[in-house]
Formats: sequence, C-alpha cells, structure tokens
Amino acid sequence: MTEPLLSIRGVKTYYGKIIALKGVDLDVNEGEIVTLIGANGAGKSTLMMTIFGSPRAREGKIVYQGSDISRMPTHEIARMRIAQSPEGRRIFPRMSVMENLQMGAAINDFAHMDEDLKRVFDLFPRLKERINQRGGTLSGGEQQMLAIARALMSRPKLLLLDEPSLGLAPLVVKLIFDAIRDLNRTEGLSVFLVEQNAFHALKLAHRGYVMVNGVITMSGSGKELLERPEVRAAYLEGGRH
Amino acid sequence: MEVFLQQLINGITLGSIYGLIAIGYTMVFGIIGMVNFAHGDVFMVSAFIAMITFLLIGALVGSVPVVIAIVLMLVVAMVLTSLWNWTIERVAYRPLRGSFRLAPLISAIGVSIFLSNFVQVTQGPRNKPVPGMLNDVIILVESPTYNVAISYKQIMIMVVTAILLAAFWYLVQKTSLGRAQRACEQDRKMASLLGIDVDRTISITFVMGAALAAVAGVMYMVYYGVVSFSDGFNPGVKAFTAAVLGGIGSLPGAVVGGLLIGLIEVFWSAYFTIDYKDVAAFSILAITLIFMPQGLLGKPEVEKV
Repeated sequence: MTEPLLSIRGVKTYYGKIIALKGVDLDVNEGEIVTLIGANGAGKSTLMMTIFGSPRAREGKIVYQGSDISRMPTHEIARMRIAQSPEGRRIFPRMSVMENLQMGAAINDFAHMDEDLKRVFDLFPRLKERINQRGGTLSGGEQQMLAIARALMSRPKLLLLDEPSLGLAPLVVKLIFDAIRDLNRTEGLSVFLVEQNAFHALKLAHRGYVMVNGVITMSGSGKELLERPEVRAAYLEGGRH
Repeated sequence: MEVFLQQLINGITLGSIYGLIAIGYTMVFGIIGMVNFAHGDVFMVSAFIAMITFLLIGALVGSVPVVIAIVLMLVVAMVLTSLWNWTIERVAYRPLRGSFRLAPLISAIGVSIFLSNFVQVTQGPRNKPVPGMLNDVIILVESPTYNVAISYKQIMIMVVTAILLAAFWYLVQKTSLGRAQRACEQDRKMASLLGIDVDRTISITFVMGAALAAVAGVMYMVYYGVVSFSDGFNPGVKAFTAAVLGGIGSLPGAVVGGLLIGLIEVFWSAYFTIDYKDVAAFSILAITLIFMPQGLLGKPEVEKV
C-alpha cells in the first residue's frame, strides 16, 4: 500500500496541564474523504489545529507527504498545500469577499488568480454576487462558503473542514456537502472533515473515525460506521430528539 | 480673521507631525493590541539622528543645498530609526508575546525610559539648537496690523505629510503586504493558517511605524530648530492622544486625531492662554471619549457569530 497523504501517530496535545488529545492515530489517503465525528469537546477541532501546529503536539508525529510537519511553524505548514476552513469560519470581518479570497491565494503569489476565482465562483455563485461586501456582513451560510472558497484559493491537496454544517439551514448544508463531493470526484481533492452532523458526514465520507474524550474509539468505512449500533445510538438516533 | 488664518496654518503643520507619529501608535495597537509607549522616544531618537546627519553633512561635505540636506536627513533617519524599532520589537516585545497582556506594556515603558536616558547620556541633557532651514515665508494676506504668512518649512511639512499618507494608504489598502497586515490585525491565527508569517508581518509594522515617526522627527527638528532628549515625551503623549481621539486602530482616525489635536493646541494658545493648551487638548479627548468611547473613526466591535 502507498504511504498515506497525512498520517497522525500517537499525537498528544495539551492545553496547559490539561490533556486534550490522548494519543491519536489517524490517516488520510490521497483522494479520500475522511471524517471525524464526536461530541462537543471530544477534541476534534483541537486535532485540526494540532495538524497546523497551533497548539503544537507535545508527543507524537504528524507526517504529511512524507515529511514530518509536527515541529514546523504554522505558516510553513500552510505552504505545504494543506488548507483549512477552521472552526467558527474565521472570515476576516472587515475585508471584502474578494480580499478574503486574495488572502487565500497569497501563498501562490496570485499565480492563477483568475482561474481559481472562476472555480470557486462556479462552486458558490452566491459569493460572486457578494464580491465587494464585507465578510462580517455575510450570512452564516455565505461565510461558510467563503471560508471554504478561501481555503481552495491556495490550491490545496488536502482540505481540512471543521464543522462546515454548524448552524446552517439544511439546504445550505446540502449545497456545501455537494460541493465537497464534487471537488473530491472531479479533482481528486483529499478532504478531512470534522463534523457533529454524523449522518451526513458518514454518508459523504469514504472512511470515518469516532472520537471520544481525546481518543479514537472506532474507525471504519462510512457505511460500516453508519450501521454500527453504538454509533447510531450515540450520534444518530440520540441527536434526533 | 488674519489671526485665525495664521493659526490654522500653524495648527495644520503641528497636526501633520502628530498625525505621522499617531499612525505608529495606531498600527502597532491594531496588530498586537499593545500601546507602544516607546514610540514617542523612537520619534525623539529620529530627530537626533537627523541632527547628527545634518552636522555630519556640514563637517564632511561642507555646504549643500537645503533640499538635498533634508532629503539626506530623511533617508538616514528613516533607515536608522526603522532599524532601531525593529530591534526593539525583537528584543523587548517579541519574547513577551503570548505572555500576560501587561508584560509588553511594561517592557515598552522600560524601553521608553532607556531611550530617553541613553540619548541624555550620550548627547547631553541640554537642548541642541539646529541652524534654521527654509525660514523664508510667503505672505498670503497683507494687512496693516497682521500679515498672514506661510513659511517654506510649513509647506514642506504639509506636502511631505500628504504624500506619505497617500503612499501609506495605498500600501495598506491595495498591496498584498498591507492586506496581510490587516489580516493579522483582524485574526492573527487565521492569517497564519493562510501561510502569513505573523512575526514577520508584525516586524514590518514596527518598521513602517518607525519610518513615519522618523519623518515626523526630521520635520519637528526642522520646524522648531531645537532637539532635546525629553522631546519624546510630550509629542509622544500628544500623538497617542490623537490616536485615541481618532479611534485607536484606525489609520484615518490617527490622521484626523493628529490634525485636531494640533489645531486645538494652537488655537487655544492663540486665543486663550498658552499655559493651558495641554489641558485643552486632553479635555477634548476626555469629552469625546465620554460620548464616543471608540473614538471619532474607530469601529465598534460588531461580529457575527
């Protein structure tokens, strides 16, 4: 088997003295959509940020495309073609949509700006209508689209998405998940998706992991996990009340 | 009327200098949320660098045209002052990033004390007179009792300030470096996720603030014809007041605030009593902040979650 695009081994992350990740192992292969599901506070977003070295993993190894990135500064990790649409979206509120996108493209020195703009506008036509509007005035769904579009502007090989469905209307969630599926199918983009919306995420993903209190407790194909009674009880039926 | 016009000219000149210094305060505050109390002293250091450059030109080259002397002073002061401020950031502030909020502030006060004492020890405590430059005046309005005049140096200060502000505005609003600065100001962590080297961007911000303060230092020296080691304090505090009045973190605010403080000071001195000019300037600040806590052009923090 070929080496995974991203491999995380025994990663432990602390906030001060409190341990948040207690030794996580996880792989993302090239061309795969991998999802990580779990409850609030399980450590999903911490893992996302640990991949980017902020906070830094105190133990363990994170290897991306064959090189160890676990000690690299955050901005250099970003330059390795990993992009993130982080928790809370983190749009620059006092910049226009266009400027937010330009921020995403800064890594490539704006080499394929027009082409990439066209690509994200095809994906999210709504952004084109809002191009001169300030990021902070967009709706939640539009901000999420912008966060993903901004990440795509850097032409990543691996896209990290932290809860893209959070707080969005079902139609918008569908639009965003469809866009992720498209990107994966047509361009072979690898996606690592953190979600609480377990049903949609597992349906979309090739493989999934379940995290509880900083530990991976289950893993398998999306379909397998969807059928597991423990998963159904904890993350699917439980969430329907 | 003549008196009013004359004071207007004087006020704008002084306000331009304050505005240039205020930008350094406001930019650094915007990007790392710290009031750089040493900024006023950086300004004072630049005035000394300009004076030394001037004397060196005199000693080494002899007499040169005033314009060339001023350009040389500007270049040397900008380069050396930027270097100073870059080093200060590296040595005194960067190691404290991520520490508790007051730590860099205290460090800044320390740097401020260090700079003024360093200059006092090396240059002496006395005021240093500098030969007058560009003292010729153009008489704008002639009347039997009062002539309204603008001096060449006032024109130079206004023109240089206007050009610099335009260039600076372009840099911050339109270039990718400026965009990176604004990104760091709004969300440092996100900026680093997008591949921006935040430490480097902060360094550049300090360098830019220092370059503008250096220009202000040269202008101040030319305008008043005298420099002193304690010159960092008063103009520094005034420029800081200007930044707060305009809305700290806002670039146009710093310029507007600088002009207002300059005008208030000059008009108060002309029409009332010069002893209370600082009281007037600071009172306006206090009154403005009561009704507009974010300053004149500052943005209230509105964020959508």
